[in-house]
Amino acid sequence: MDTHLTEDVVGPMPHDYKSDVKPIWCPGCGDYSVLAGITRAMANMGLKRENTVVVSGIGCSSRIPAYTSVYGYHTVHGRSLPVAAGVKLARPELDVLIFGGDGDGFSIGGGHFLHACRRNVDMTYIVMDNQVYGMTKGQASPTTESDWCESKLTPEGPGVNPIQPVALALACGANFVARGFSGDPNEVARLIVEGVKHPGFSVIHVLSPCVTFRPEQRNWKSTVHPYGREPTDDPNQAMRAVLEDDGFGLGIFLAGNRRPFQPASKDSHTIAQIEERFAV
Amino acid sequence: MTVDSVTIALVGSGGAGAMTAGQMLLDAAANVGWYGLMSRSTGPQIRGGEAAALVRLSPTPVHGPGDRFDIIIAFDWQNVERFAAELPLSDKSVIITDPSQGEVPAVLAASGARQVELPIKELAGKIPGGRVNMVGLGAVAAIIGLPRAGIDAVIQKALGKKGDAAIQASNAGIDAGSKEVAGWNLGLELAAPNKAEGAVRWNISGNEAAGLGALKGGVKFCAAYPITPATEILEWLAPNLAKTGGKLVQAEDELASIAMCLGASFSGVPSITATAGPGLSLMTECIGLGVASETPVVIVDVQRGGPSTGIPTKSEQSDLNIAVYGLHGDAPHLVVGPTSIGDCLFTTQWAVHLAEALQTPAIVLSDQAMGQSRAIIDKPADAPYVAKRLLATDLGGEDKYKRYANTESGISPAAIPGMPGGEHTADGLEHAENALPSSQASDHQKQLDKRLRKLTSFDFGDAWADIEGEGEIAVVTWGSATGPSREAVRRLEAEGKKARLVAIRLISPVQPSKLAAALEGVTKVLVVEQTHGAQFHKFLRGHYDLPGKVSVFSRPGPLPIRAREVHETLLSLI
Repeated sequence: MDTHLTEDVVGPMPHDYKSDVKPIWCPGCGDYSVLAGITRAMANMGLKRENTVVVSGIGCSSRIPAYTSVYGYHTVHGRSLPVAAGVKLARPELDVLIFGGDGDGFSIGGGHFLHACRRNVDMTYIVMDNQVYGMTKGQASPTTESDWCESKLTPEGPGVNPIQPVALALACGANFVARGFSGDPNEVARLIVEGVKHPGFSVIHVLSPCVTFRPEQRNWKSTVHPYGREPTDDPNQAMRAVLEDDGFGLGIFLAGNRRPFQPASKDSHTIAQIEERFAV
Repeated sequence: MTVDSVTIALVGSGGAGAMTAGQMLLDAAANVGWYGLMSRSTGPQIRGGEAAALVRLSPTPVHGPGDRFDIIIAFDWQNVERFAAELPLSDKSVIITDPSQGEVPAVLAASGARQVELPIKELAGKIPGGRVNMVGLGAVAAIIGLPRAGIDAVIQKALGKKGDAAIQASNAGIDAGSKEVAGWNLGLELAAPNKAEGAVRWNISGNEAAGLGALKGGVKFCAAYPITPATEILEWLAPNLAKTGGKLVQAEDELASIAMCLGASFSGVPSITATAGPGLSLMTECIGLGVASETPVVIVDVQRGGPSTGIPTKSEQSDLNIAVYGLHGDAPHLVVGPTSIGDCLFTTQWAVHLAEALQTPAIVLSDQAMGQSRAIIDKPADAPYVAKRLLATDLGGEDKYKRYANTESGISPAAIPGMPGGEHTADGLEHAENALPSSQASDHQKQLDKRLRKLTSFDFGDAWADIEGEGEIAVVTWGSATGPSREAVRRLEAEGKKARLVAIRLISPVQPSKLAAALEGVTKVLVVEQTHGAQFHKFLRGHYDLPGKVSVFSRPGPLPIRAREVHETLLSLI
């Protein structure tokens, strides 16, 4: 593979953004299709590989960075969002995407999700939701139904209500919120392109079945449906619509107008001028 | 007859202005050419509660707190029992007390110190806009012989914006206080200052010095979460990073602040955060990520009493263990400790340089006694240390870039975003040289060896320790215990006896051959530290051969270690 993208007429192809590492995922895992959607989106936008940074935490979907050919940082469980914010705040010219799952994003990383939404750093978060911890072999996650009894850890079911990631993102102030389904990687790619192009923090919730621990999720392909409304820039309207939704509506819920966060920096002083103030 | 050092406590509950008066006293002393140190003793209250400004002044550099307090001036005695143990007195001490505030508390009176009455509140009450702290400042200044010109400049600077009325009120208070004590003849006049023409002195706190060290080292990013007693580093960096082309962001917690720093550093920007024990505990997982992914970052831990919430406003050296051993797995990294307030600048700057050069996290162990104390010092010399990461070259050729190449030095040339051909995924998973995850024994062994080798084979030069003196007895110490130890060793020398001081700045990686050389010929070692568990002593025992008979002076905070105590211990060992 070339290490530089050539500027020929066809532009970069999705495979230009794939590494030659074979994923650890189970056959049939939804994440294969999400990865396809991601590389398609990167190709569609013609992102420069050297200027693209993908960050992840821990979990099946958090393995994605090594499967791409851009700069990546596979960090620790739950901390992908602040690591990514550090990248983008320090180097605003880079394109930053974050990949992870429902446990990484909403359980151990839940506190960061709230603040990433309200901080609104210009980056795009793709959460692959399979309502289970797959890498640790099938425990309930924050999006698992309260009566799901297939885990040895919670044989009577987790007994607590799941959260709804899209509603949570809106409540916390995310600026762009969409839902996709791994069964339609072209649509996932479209949502990612829209999210990356939209200024501020974009959350793309992708339903991505775990065929090993949640085989019933194979039926999601007949459960999902178009969300059926035009994107709004009004968080109130978006929230009302999401609350009426069954959790399987696909599309863009909100494309808001909040300004992305970036701390001021002006390079107006030398260090000599600053330390002068300590002189007696 | 004059004294060559004077130690003063200005005591008063919040609102009395004891801290302001202490600050102005220090500033005024600096103006006339004295050296000084001001530390703070405060309770946990946000406003109000007990507070004391602890000031030591001298014509020669001040290394640590005085042996005893020569003067205590109290605006009131509210809750003074809570920190009376921090106010050692003798029968030569003077307690200046306002009769309207009741009796001198028995715990202080028991020292046998002289008591003199000064109607501070009454004097202040006669002045329109008068304040007790200015009356107290005037009294203390007159007792120690502080020239009025030094105070005038401070008043002008502090109150110039508030207008003439405020300046007049302050001046009247200072006059009233100084007039009242005229003729007391307490014998506490400080020897004349001795400042060479053109000499430049600084008035700086340890936390400010650490912030400046970060800037001078080339830090351009800081993620911050407030915590006592480290917050001033972050608050100082906020405007000053912005003015020098850097950025500071307030994070939602310490998990996020260290993670943001790693992200910024991954993208090539030297980064720092500052915290205290509880925050360091939260950061340890990400510090381990920095070790494994070879991402430099500097963490300044301004230590306070622990464990758990402990004593947030008071000093201790008890984070040594977590700083050295707190990471899971075999995770070699840098730990350094400044040896004085002024050295917070050098050591932080050096830490930035080392972290970047060695591509690993560096923990700077400051403490409350340095961080929140302010000193008048000679302007620190400029140090040549700046952030310089070894970057990959010749990217994009036939050979695919190996982020974790197993080089002889252990340092692998880094590719950072923006460099075509250097794309890779940095990983906290164990990995092969090409950065791809690997659980193979050979890769694990190779990378563990490499990450250790880059630290053990690096030449840290002379900065690893401060060494002075000679003789067969040596004090081995670190951090803020260095000041009183240094003073004790010099006192012995002045008495015609010999002793050495070795204050270790580079805690990790250890330097066994250098310490052995520094202790050549030593038959007795005294380890001095401020912990309950003798953490530093056990650390030394674990990594070094200490010659001869080894004794330990180890005491937890909040009582500071005083030169007299180290001196007496040394005398008992000789």
